Amino acid sequence: MTNPRAGLLREWLAERAVADALAWLDEKHGAIADGAPDSVFFMNYSAASRRFDRTPLALDESALRAADAAVPGWRPQAWEMMHTARAVLLCALPDGEAFAPTIDKLLDAADIGEQIAAYQALPLLTQPTRLVARAREGTRTNITAVFQAIAHNNPFARDHFEEAPWNQMVLKALFVGVPLAPIVGLDERANAALMRMLCDYAHERWAAGRVVSPELWRCVGPHADDDAIRDLARVLAQGDDDARAAAALALRTSPHSRAAELLSKHKELASVSRSWNDFA
Amino acid sequence: MYLDPHVHAVSRTTDDYQAMAAAGVVAIIEPAFWLGQPRTNVGSFQDYFSMLVGWERFRASQFGIRHYCAIGLNSKEANNEALAEEVIDLLPRYLAKEGVVAVGEIGYDDMSALEEKYFRIQLDLAKEVDLPVMIHTPHRNKKEGTSRSMSVCEEHGLAPGTVVVDHNNEETVKEVLDRGFWAAFTIYPHTKMGSERMVEIVKQYGPERIIVDSAADWGVSDPLAVPKTAALMKARGLSDEAISKVTYQNALDAYGQSGQIRAGDWLDAAAVDPTEKFEGSGVLRGGQPPQVGKLGNTPMPDPGSDNLIV
Repeated sequence: MTNPRAGLLREWLAERAVADALAWLDEKHGAIADGAPDSVFFMNYSAASRRFDRTPLALDESALRAADAAVPGWRPQAWEMMHTARAVLLCALPDGEAFAPTIDKLLDAADIGEQIAAYQALPLLTQPTRLVARAREGTRTNITAVFQAIAHNNPFARDHFEEAPWNQMVLKALFVGVPLAPIVGLDERANAALMRMLCDYAHERWAAGRVVSPELWRCVGPHADDDAIRDLARVLAQGDDDARAAAALALRTSPHSRAAELLSKHKELASVSRSWNDFA
Repeated sequence: MYLDPHVHAVSRTTDDYQAMAAAGVVAIIEPAFWLGQPRTNVGSFQDYFSMLVGWERFRASQFGIRHYCAIGLNSKEANNEALAEEVIDLLPRYLAKEGVVAVGEIGYDDMSALEEKYFRIQLDLAKEVDLPVMIHTPHRNKKEGTSRSMSVCEEHGLAPGTVVVDHNNEETVKEVLDRGFWAAFTIYPHTKMGSERMVEIVKQYGPERIIVDSAADWGVSDPLAVPKTAALMKARGLSDEAISKVTYQNALDAYGQSGQIRAGDWLDAAAVDPTEKFEGSGVLRGGQPPQVGKLGNTPMPDPGSDNLIV
């Protein structure tokens, strides 16, 4: 297989799929790798749904470790058979000038499942820098499952998004109500501009009398400025148990001089042993 | 539990989806049609087809309604030959997609030569991809158009049992049933067919191979036509079995031949399409209960609650 990551995918499918389906996939992979017209790729990418179903791969720990070793941050724990077969076909595309335009053409006419498979597979593909614009386009969707294919358990955004699109993706995750914890690189890519956007968003929600996700404070803590510290103090004073625990966790990551002082005023929160994953 | 096998949902509001779900409509089929005015380029068709397999599917799912579609070049726009050629080239890419249950709606409008040409091409395509066909019979010269539609299907070797002939009335139904095709009826408040007339037809012909739909679109039409007709049938003394056949089971049997629509899609909560994630992290949030599999009496999503993305 031309793309070494396809080997891993095929291995997982081989352990789970029937022989006929696997033989079909190998044949189509070969044809596409040998430069078949793009219509062959498009048709078979769709037709994979007739050979592979939506059974989850349910990968074990060692398979997940292998994934992370192949592409750091890649966590295919939610991948399904059909998406995996489609990813194999994507990996078969020859690595030439036509590569990125073919991906664009595919996604311009893709159904929901096809979009999910392609966006999930982004970190496995060659020419990542030529796919960044398409990935950003994907984060503009309002179809939550498609958004999650990029935002969750996928290192592509961490590795290739500049700060502005990264920040938009994190804010949009809150906006559409999907958890932040599965975003790969959430802590390492936290930044001051995102901190400001998130605090402004919290104020909007408060003004409307609506709930603020406790996860929001995770990306605020490390870069909290004076205003953000005041916001966190407000949460400690007025929030529910979840919000207060989250604010305490955020303050623990803050180098701001008032952070420790605030925490010391709320000794009841010192023993909070929750991690950010508990809020997702 | 109802299946409305002909709804142009892209032209309906979320209020309609809510009302349909509340009335027990569990699934709809949206056949590709025109937009009320002719398209001028193939990109408009591509975006429309993509919407049928993408955004509209998602939008319906947020109300607990399963959305399927039929893909085809409608008869009206078949009269623009240059454009029709491009659309025909585009069709194979969409016909192989999940949830595409038929080639449709296709057939005649003016019964022009170009309509006939692209009707025939699409019948061959349906055979090639092994999908049922949804026929739109013309509003004018209906009787002859219906008869000819069936003859052309036979000429192309399609089994009548794989073809649904839609927009029937008292004048066409007998021949359609006699020739072995499925006979669908569009219930429109003012034109085509009313619920009272529909009851009489089922009384006269029985429930076999008869299908009721709303064809709700951007005109005066009623997305609740199927449940309302079922209620009238009940009041007029038709059996529950007969009502279920014409408002649910027959459509499922006809389009189920595609392999792309199964009762399990909405009956079996465990079989719910995980990519649409009805539960947990996807469509429904904030502790909102899943809508699928609990029919008719579920609390509907509150559009003011920010749980919906529309």
